[in-house]
Amino acid sequence: MGKIQTRRGDGIRIEMTAAEVRGDLEKGTSDAADRAKVPALTEDELQYLFEIHERSDRVVGVDNGKEVCLTYDSCTTKIKRAHVSISKIQSLQVFERALGADTLELAHIDYSYKPAKPIVVFEKPIMEQALLITIPPLFYGAMPNLGLYSQPTGPCPNPMDLFPQGKIAEGRASFEEAIEYAVKDMVYVGSEMYETGADGINFDTTGAAGDAEFLAALRAAEILKKKYPAMGIEMGMASEFILGLHGEVEYDGVRLAGLYPHDQVKLAQKAGVTIFGPAINIIPSKSLPFNLARSLTYTKACSEASDIPVHANLGMGVGGVPMVLSPPVDALSRASKAHVEICRLDGL
Amino acid sequence: MGVGDPYGMHAAHAIVSGMGGIRTAGDLVARLQLNRAMKIDAAKKYVADRLGVSVEDVADPVAMREVREDMDLGTLNECPGVAKGIDAKFRIAKLLDLEINSVNIFKQKISGT
Repeated sequence: MGKIQTRRGDGIRIEMTAAEVRGDLEKGTSDAADRAKVPALTEDELQYLFEIHERSDRVVGVDNGKEVCLTYDSCTTKIKRAHVSISKIQSLQVFERALGADTLELAHIDYSYKPAKPIVVFEKPIMEQALLITIPPLFYGAMPNLGLYSQPTGPCPNPMDLFPQGKIAEGRASFEEAIEYAVKDMVYVGSEMYETGADGINFDTTGAAGDAEFLAALRAAEILKKKYPAMGIEMGMASEFILGLHGEVEYDGVRLAGLYPHDQVKLAQKAGVTIFGPAINIIPSKSLPFNLARSLTYTKACSEASDIPVHANLGMGVGGVPMVLSPPVDALSRASKAHVEICRLDGL
Repeated sequence: MGVGDPYGMHAAHAIVSGMGGIRTAGDLVARLQLNRAMKIDAAKKYVADRLGVSVEDVADPVAMREVREDMDLGTLNECPGVAKGIDAKFRIAKLLDLEINSVNIFKQKISGT
């Protein structure tokens, strides 16, 4: 039997024997199962994954009838970053009319709630006009990005300066102060956009600054949901594991540090989130079979634990997609198909 | 979804796994996920029942083009006189028995309340 063409997590093409692919699939699922204390993939699922990798087709796809809805971490910035010289509204129309988008998302190029706050008055007319001429649900999205609230660019003392000096209590207090600022910004921008007509708000890359950031997003979601019960709220995560940078913050009596996706989703649901997006980071030096099996193990457990729709993050460097800005379709299509079918996802 | 160039990320996922947006009934199914937190199978069935088609039809661009034209829900290749943008959403809200935020705000504006 010839060798199987696949890639590393950094996108570089590699060849592996069938035994090596099977071995990496098993190692990937074991790694995730051990860390998150969730079931590993079954023999049938590993065999299915092996067959996906064994196929020489450049592109694979889900079976007919298994199609799912797509949500985005911004539509408008993707067009701007590609240096296509069109407006935000035109960008949304490209996604609606040329890229088969099930939903749309308007966003500021500096994709965080803090920088979006002072320009929200300029974003609202764009949202209003876009809502008049587009049909799919239209989100406004940005990242909680708690790091922006630390000095030198933000108002709070930087916990990463304080902790190495042994100032643990001061660092934690700074995180707690930053949470208050971040919640205010997210609620302000979310409220302004919803009252303009947006169908929903997206908290993207949540938890990038650890447990304190996750808490800020949960609190903001809770406030917005109480204020606007019909509001759609999507929460996409930054990583499979909530880093305990604060270490002690809790939501609804649950300590946030160290939570994996199957526990993250339960808190998101309690806070009022209507679509949850687990994100499983790539290990660039490992093979895609390893990374894909690892991601599927976490994501499947999350999907099974969730009562709300789960849209897994399958962007650059997450969900078994290589860590490259121009993802190769052989790798992306395998990750896309496998996640939808094995994890019984509701969307991506 | 996530970061990546529009060809390698957004077009690729749309072809591999996506419902197809307004080419099919992807936008309608997405509304039920977003606003009612319905899982994919339940959302597809709800939409299929409301449209009077099979669940398989809701992701089929040929079947759905005809349905969208007949029910005037907005189509990809717009023709003169068919619902576009907000007027399509008025019809979608009624069809799905769903509150659409922008439709409600539009109604408030024109009623002067």
